Amino acid sequence: MLTEPKEQEALSDELRAKIDLVLESHDNDFTQIVGILLDTQDLFERHYVPQAAAYYIASKLPVPASRIFDCLTFYAELSDKARAKYPIEICSSIACHVNNNEELKETLEKLLGIHVGEVTYDGRFMLLKTTCFGACDRAPAVRINGKVYGNLDSEEKVRDLLESLN
Amino acid sequence: MSKEEKKDMVNLTINNIPVSVPKGTKILQAAAKIGINIPHLCFHPDQRIKAHCRICSVEVTGKRRLLAACSTEVWEGMEVHTDTPIVRDTQIGILQLMLADHDRDCLTCPRNHNCDLQELCSRFNIQVPDFPSVVEHHDPISTNPSIVRNPDKCIKCGRCIRQCKDVQGIEALTYASRSADIRVTTAFDKPMEKTDCVLCGQCTLVCPTGALVEKDDTDRVLDALQDPSKHTIVQIAPSVRVTLGDAFSYKPGEIVTGQMVTALKLLGFDKVFDTNFGADLTIMEEGHELLDRIQNGGTLPMITSCSPGWVNFMEKHFPRCIDHLSSAKSPMSMFGAVAKTYYAEHEKLDPKDIFTVAIMPCTAKKFEAARPEMGRDGYQDVDAVLTTREIIKLIKYVGISFDKLNETEFDSPLGTGSGAGAIFGATGGVMEAALRTVYDKLTGGETMDKLEFHDVRGFDGIKSADVELPGRTVHVAVAHTLKNARKIMEEVQNGTSPYDLIEIMACPGGCIGGGGQPVSTTNAVRQERMKALYELDRKLPIRKSHENPDIQTLYKEYLGEPLSKKAHELLHTTYHKVKKPFDYDK
Amino acid sequence: MGTELHFISANFGKYDTSSIGSYMSIGGFEALRKAVTMDGEDIAKIVAAAKIKGRGGAGYDMGRKWTQARAVKGEHKVVICNADEGEPCTFKDRELIKQDPFNLIEALIIAGWVVGATDAYIYMRAEYACLRQLLLNAIRQAKSYGFLGKNILGKGFDFDIHLYSGAGAYVCGEGTALIRSIEGKAGRPRMKPPFIKVSGLFARPTCVNNVESLSIVPHLLLDQEGVYMHAGTPDSIGTKMVSVAGNVRNPGVFEIPFGTTVRDIVYNLAGGVPEDRQIRLIQFGGASGYIADASILDVPYTYDDLEKAGVNVGTGALLVIDERTSVLDFLTITQDFFSDESCGQCTPCREGNRHMRMLIEKLRRGEADTSDIEKMKKITRIMPMSSLCGLGEGAQHAMIAAMRVFPEVFDVGGAANE
Repeated sequence: MLTEPKEQEALSDELRAKIDLVLESHDNDFTQIVGILLDTQDLFERHYVPQAAAYYIASKLPVPASRIFDCLTFYAELSDKARAKYPIEICSSIACHVNNNEELKETLEKLLGIHVGEVTYDGRFMLLKTTCFGACDRAPAVRINGKVYGNLDSEEKVRDLLESLN
Repeated sequence: MSKEEKKDMVNLTINNIPVSVPKGTKILQAAAKIGINIPHLCFHPDQRIKAHCRICSVEVTGKRRLLAACSTEVWEGMEVHTDTPIVRDTQIGILQLMLADHDRDCLTCPRNHNCDLQELCSRFNIQVPDFPSVVEHHDPISTNPSIVRNPDKCIKCGRCIRQCKDVQGIEALTYASRSADIRVTTAFDKPMEKTDCVLCGQCTLVCPTGALVEKDDTDRVLDALQDPSKHTIVQIAPSVRVTLGDAFSYKPGEIVTGQMVTALKLLGFDKVFDTNFGADLTIMEEGHELLDRIQNGGTLPMITSCSPGWVNFMEKHFPRCIDHLSSAKSPMSMFGAVAKTYYAEHEKLDPKDIFTVAIMPCTAKKFEAARPEMGRDGYQDVDAVLTTREIIKLIKYVGISFDKLNETEFDSPLGTGSGAGAIFGATGGVMEAALRTVYDKLTGGETMDKLEFHDVRGFDGIKSADVELPGRTVHVAVAHTLKNARKIMEEVQNGTSPYDLIEIMACPGGCIGGGGQPVSTTNAVRQERMKALYELDRKLPIRKSHENPDIQTLYKEYLGEPLSKKAHELLHTTYHKVKKPFDYDK
Repeated sequence: MGTELHFISANFGKYDTSSIGSYMSIGGFEALRKAVTMDGEDIAKIVAAAKIKGRGGAGYDMGRKWTQARAVKGEHKVVICNADEGEPCTFKDRELIKQDPFNLIEALIIAGWVVGATDAYIYMRAEYACLRQLLLNAIRQAKSYGFLGKNILGKGFDFDIHLYSGAGAYVCGEGTALIRSIEGKAGRPRMKPPFIKVSGLFARPTCVNNVESLSIVPHLLLDQEGVYMHAGTPDSIGTKMVSVAGNVRNPGVFEIPFGTTVRDIVYNLAGGVPEDRQIRLIQFGGASGYIADASILDVPYTYDDLEKAGVNVGTGALLVIDERTSVLDFLTITQDFFSDESCGQCTPCREGNRHMRMLIEKLRRGEADTSDIEKMKKITRIMPMSSLCGLGEGAQHAMIAAMRVFPEVFDVGGAANE
């Protein structure tokens, strides 16, 4: 497991170098901050941008920390709080709702032993509700790290999905 | 009106009244022209239009939706209606929605009776709240000596954010999150002093409600005034005498020095002195420091250090340039030091029994007064700083009819100021005051005929001039607002700055536009105040700091020479780099 | 009866979407070759003659938009392809990108030619991240074949395409919010003026088009037989990509000629409602669309006919909800969506959505009285009237329609109070 930086600790040289690469891949262009944050988030196992990383980016680009914080809290895909290795986003919009996403949610809660908004003890799974991600033809659906898993209409399918994640 | 001008005029009707305004005018201003004040909250005359609050929605014939009066330009033949059933329904509805998310403890609010939202409620005769309160109660955030944030009062209009970003270029304040969770906050919700914020208080100046206010020190001052064991001294900053009148129905920029002194006497201060005296002292020290740096190869450009928001900015944002800051303390702090040493000895008082109060246009002054460098032997030189807004509250508290007061003179011996001290309150004033003295010093007694340096006056963001002094041309620059300061500082940091002396004031217009001034402060008002300060200067018999007889006595009796050991001890200070949450040096 | 007409989707499944050679073997980039021999204004006129209305939902006349964009003076004009497709139940653009990425690239280059732009930005929602590589590859290949870059097809036309990713915000489908997002800020809409066409992305003149709107153009330019012009009805010419979801057996994207009845779409193309349950309601055009009951089934799917029936084409989404879901359940979920997705900046939208959600809950619990219904009505008046952007304007459309179509839901015994 990657070690996560402690809350008030500056980033390791290794992480700084990785973020430098992210910045480079975005031409060190501050207008690409949203893409930079999305990529930075993927450097951390629990899919978030820790403060230390946010301030590091602010020191490298002409973007104040406040604007980074605004983006992190405004965009649903970004987070300033640690999530999980597999944040499971359950679509709560209408097409999934009328295709029994409630049952899907309950199944996931039962199988993982956590409620929506919580993280499993080992930091592997987190349950989240999200708005429509455009997979209405495969309702009910979840999305995990950008990948959509649809038609989850039985406990068996859900179990298979969880087991496939490692 | 010429044909050309006519072509650029637009004719429209507002509530069936014809009105003709220049092309590009917004509905809000067109309505004001015929005496209709369309309700508005996020609109501020000096800011970019935001059109967030929507309370200025009005009906325009032929339009399916209402239009925001603040952001909609008028067009030829436009028919505007500001009072129809749908407009009333909408405006009151929006106000009611806003109120549901606003902590309505108006009676105990620092902005009671001085709040744009409260005024609209009174205007719209809101008697019963329509929607249930959705306020989640938070305690006000009061972690620094200058500014208090009360998120429960925030109406998310964004004025503070714009001021912080567009005027100061700091962006300490930001929106975060979205929908009902949206809030005005700092990076990672940190306390303001732990962010890029420099405590200039411009946000408190533009907040329409009580969400951002100065830290209130009026109680501490009243306690001292009513404590018989304390000898209370008050000093008043140069700009306050032309801004205080705002709260008592005077015209913007009206000079109310005499009434102000009387009011402070009535409040019970033992001595009412003038920060202008401190300003003259600052010029003596800063002027000689400049000469010393020029003659002995010191760090140039030298930059003034009277504006505490600016000093905080330097320490936070350009720590590598700290050596450029003049080591001279600000007029307030010099005054405080002299009051607790020279004056105490003079009056045979124990400095610990003296309570000094400074009436300042500034929230950052509260922070400056609390710096550990600004005191000795366990006491601070300035015990309390009140902003103009707070002294207004005290004057009202005592029940004084300000406009009916007789005029009184300042007390002696720290109550005399020159014209040079008077103009400290306007951007360019410190520079002009310094030039008056430096010139005379360089010529060794021959006095300069030219007293007024118009190149460094006025409202331009950055002004520069080449001043011919005996033996050397001095390149000077003057900047106000921190956005302009940043431009100047980038040159200084790169080593490309062409200047010898730079004056920087954190707030627009200088202290007359400071973050502690009445909330009625706008750029138009600032201009009037600026005129008033130069008027004061023109009328004073002594217009150069070094000619102030009380200053001369002070040096003769106590300090010796400018930059003497004693002067250094009392009147100079040091600066420090401020640690950031995570320090990654660029 | 219930047949698709594959015009916009003609290339679906016909070529290898990872290969420009494969695309060219079915006639790819012929439209561009033709376009660069034409005057941009003539192309805009062809688009105008086809009466193409913006397919992102707002329905602005696309030919007019292009003519206006051409007329704006200014250098470094920008074309933006809005692939933010955030309306729930709308996934037609997903299919257009996934199954025919090169056509979109070609369309964008044509758009650039028409309006005189130097750059195009595709703003694609984060949720479609899996399509990113596909598009990047298509852009790369187009560049190496000289369809992008300097002096395209020897016409002295320089043009590049950049791909930007959203990060999960419905409101970024709004033009000014989308632009702020590309500029590296939180995507909160700004007031107009300045209008995007004059001062948009990085203050450059900007023309924003939806994926589907753009995708029509290459096909239209090569449509010798007038297939498109002959399809549909005189006012709603051609075809439309519709996405059908909810309680249907066969949810998906279908390309229909305008004029097909709603019944055909729901029952013949989408397979009808499972277990032959009754339809409670159909929502048209995504969460910001209006709703109707089953009486709409025989209405032809055209701009005019739908409008007369109280709904809109919008994004082309049809959400079918069967009798198991109550109107209030539906409204709750829809309101939850807007209560999550409002940017929070303007008062009517931020607070209106919040209070509407609370009032719906009160109504569900049976605790609402007539004054609460009055408050709901008030919010449905204020929000569309005075919100800053289209999100606040559309957020209460479902509620407004529900009050009209299902008045009984809101009858809390008001009549008893005289």
